Amino acid sequence: MVRKIEDKSGLLSSLRRKLILGMAALPVMAMSPLAAVASDANTTGLAVTDDEVTVGILHSVTGTMAISETGSVQAEKLAIEQINAMGGVLGRKIKYIQEDGASDWPTFAEKSKKLLVNDKVAAVFGCWTSASRKAVLPVFEQYNGMLYYPTFYEGLEQSPNVIYTGQEATQQILAGIDWVVKEKGAKSFFLLGSDYIWPRTSNKIARKHIEKLGLKVVGEEYYPLGHTQFNSVINKIRLKKPDVIYAIVVGGSNVAFYKQLKAAGIDLTKDNVTLLTISVTEDEIRGIGGENIEGAYAAMKYFQSLDNENNKAFVSAFKEMWGDDIVIGDVTQAAYLGPWLWKAAVEKAGSFDIDKVRAASPGIELTTAPEGYVRIHENHHLWSKTRIGLAKKDGQYDVLYETEELMEPNPFPEGYQ
Amino acid sequence: MFDGYTFSELTSILAMQGFAGLILFSVFVLMALGLAIIFGQMGVINMAHGEFMILGAYVTYICSNVFSTYLPSLFGIYFFVAMILAFIASGALGAAVEWTMIRHLYKRPLDTLLATWGLSLILQQVYRSVFGAREVGVTLPDYLLGSFQLTDMVEVPINGVFVMCLTILITAGVAYLMFKSAWGRQVRAVVQNRAMAGAVGINTAKVDRGTYALGCGIAGVAGSAFTMVGSTGPTSGQLYIVDTFLVVVFGGAQSLLGTIASAFAISQSQSTLEFFLSGSMAKILTLLTVVGILMLRPQGLFSLKIRR
Repeated sequence: MVRKIEDKSGLLSSLRRKLILGMAALPVMAMSPLAAVASDANTTGLAVTDDEVTVGILHSVTGTMAISETGSVQAEKLAIEQINAMGGVLGRKIKYIQEDGASDWPTFAEKSKKLLVNDKVAAVFGCWTSASRKAVLPVFEQYNGMLYYPTFYEGLEQSPNVIYTGQEATQQILAGIDWVVKEKGAKSFFLLGSDYIWPRTSNKIARKHIEKLGLKVVGEEYYPLGHTQFNSVINKIRLKKPDVIYAIVVGGSNVAFYKQLKAAGIDLTKDNVTLLTISVTEDEIRGIGGENIEGAYAAMKYFQSLDNENNKAFVSAFKEMWGDDIVIGDVTQAAYLGPWLWKAAVEKAGSFDIDKVRAASPGIELTTAPEGYVRIHENHHLWSKTRIGLAKKDGQYDVLYETEELMEPNPFPEGYQ
Repeated sequence: MFDGYTFSELTSILAMQGFAGLILFSVFVLMALGLAIIFGQMGVINMAHGEFMILGAYVTYICSNVFSTYLPSLFGIYFFVAMILAFIASGALGAAVEWTMIRHLYKRPLDTLLATWGLSLILQQVYRSVFGAREVGVTLPDYLLGSFQLTDMVEVPINGVFVMCLTILITAGVAYLMFKSAWGRQVRAVVQNRAMAGAVGINTAKVDRGTYALGCGIAGVAGSAFTMVGSTGPTSGQLYIVDTFLVVVFGGAQSLLGTIASAFAISQSQSTLEFFLSGSMAKILTLLTVVGILMLRPQGLFSLKIRR
């Protein structure tokens, strides 16, 4: 860095020489190692100084997705604060710049460009919906940024510029269906979802897996996002009498669906029907109401009630920062992993350079994760366990089961497309 | 799709499906009634209709919390109190909005679209700041949950029946107000000929404010009732606005009877189609049919026969 400046301008270099002469009393030798670290740790002009590194947080805090993304923002801020309290990353405190994607995908792209080009952030923690991720992906690839993406999603993607800290579809789906077949003796399934890419792709994987097991799918239905009247499909479910209702309904529709299911007399706490979902976290239950979804099963990697030391510390720190009445869902925990995984990769690489962080990422382990142990796979997704939770009236899940082994992330599952 | 089912199973499913259609009908009428008054009678395109509904929903949420904390013994009746308060709150907000904004725009109906759309964005952000971005859950008294078991197969959701009764009550109330009361006569006079109504001594400004407040108040009650079947969040109002306008426009903007007829037609066709096709296809087909009919009959199903 120093040499670069001298090469560019003879004027500067002579000025510099005078300065150094003037500062002859200073321990120049002692300063030079620090300067060397600074240049190694950041050769690409990122916003990294000797005592600060800037990262971006990019979520919707306004608009329809604010409901879901608020938890992720809170988790990322908590992780950053904790990392700073421990001394930061490579001796530098993390400073964040938060941008609002406003639930609008072009805005996400615009803001990510701003973060990467103007603010030169070293990493971005953000996005929630697949649509927003798809919108920012070209920006991250063009300007070589690093995105830590927290949501469980449909897979079929693997970018060198994204670390996916949530589960991809097969991790969530296969374990869940295997469990319900084994534990509940399920033979027939009714697949239901909101009408967009995630539920459709997920149900495709679920259908293939169910058929591979020699079992039957008796119905598959999609409703537009925001649909609020589910009485017809509930009647259809009643007519087909499936052993399992496999529901991937999202957003406000979720609330309507579970309320109407309960009102129609389909009691999930009874044994004759099992409802398995991959889209309802503790966050969503707050809107649905525990009494409406009591008895449903969810397959995901994290529940707030997980009983381990990491998680207890995480939950209490989270509540201390954001208030006692807060709930923590799967995605919130995955968002919390982002800054920690990035820190580990930066420290392994000894540099903030995106290329070095990327090269260092596969194999990074986190033993302090609230969900337990996670490791970054070659394909930039996480090895993680999948768990089954039983929804309770108080809005929490009882964890009934977890896979023995870590599930391998497989974003391009052969034979499932 | 009906292979392997017994006759009794099929009849009971058809019965329940018919009932599902009726519930959807009541929901549509309840949603659309307030808008039909404002849009139909006053010509104001009220894009903030959904937000007035959600105000009612939030009032219900507050009531449910207050009652469960301070008056647990009266929790059973809180829902009725909440609906009355929702009517008052939304109506009062409606009157205030009419006074500050809408009354300056009566001669520019398209501008009311923009102004009320802006209002809806403002209200959404206000809800978000006050109640948080997350959806809130409204706890219902136990007797509103569950279903009536009519036969082995036929079960009728209690909250559906409740919404139906409420719709009948409110429709009857509005019909009485509009067609039997002195105030209703004034409203209809203003709709038909504003200048002449003013000339015979009707205070048109006051009638306008009352009409707008009534429409908003009914929206509030609807929102309060929908906490039973839908979500309560800052942007939940947006879930209803499209269907609401669809019902009102299809019915013929100036006719309350038309609104009811169109709610019936749309809800029945949608719920029948939903049963035989998938949810998204049903919606597409319903919309296509409505567009087709509106092309042939732009004034909607019913129109007011007056001399222009």
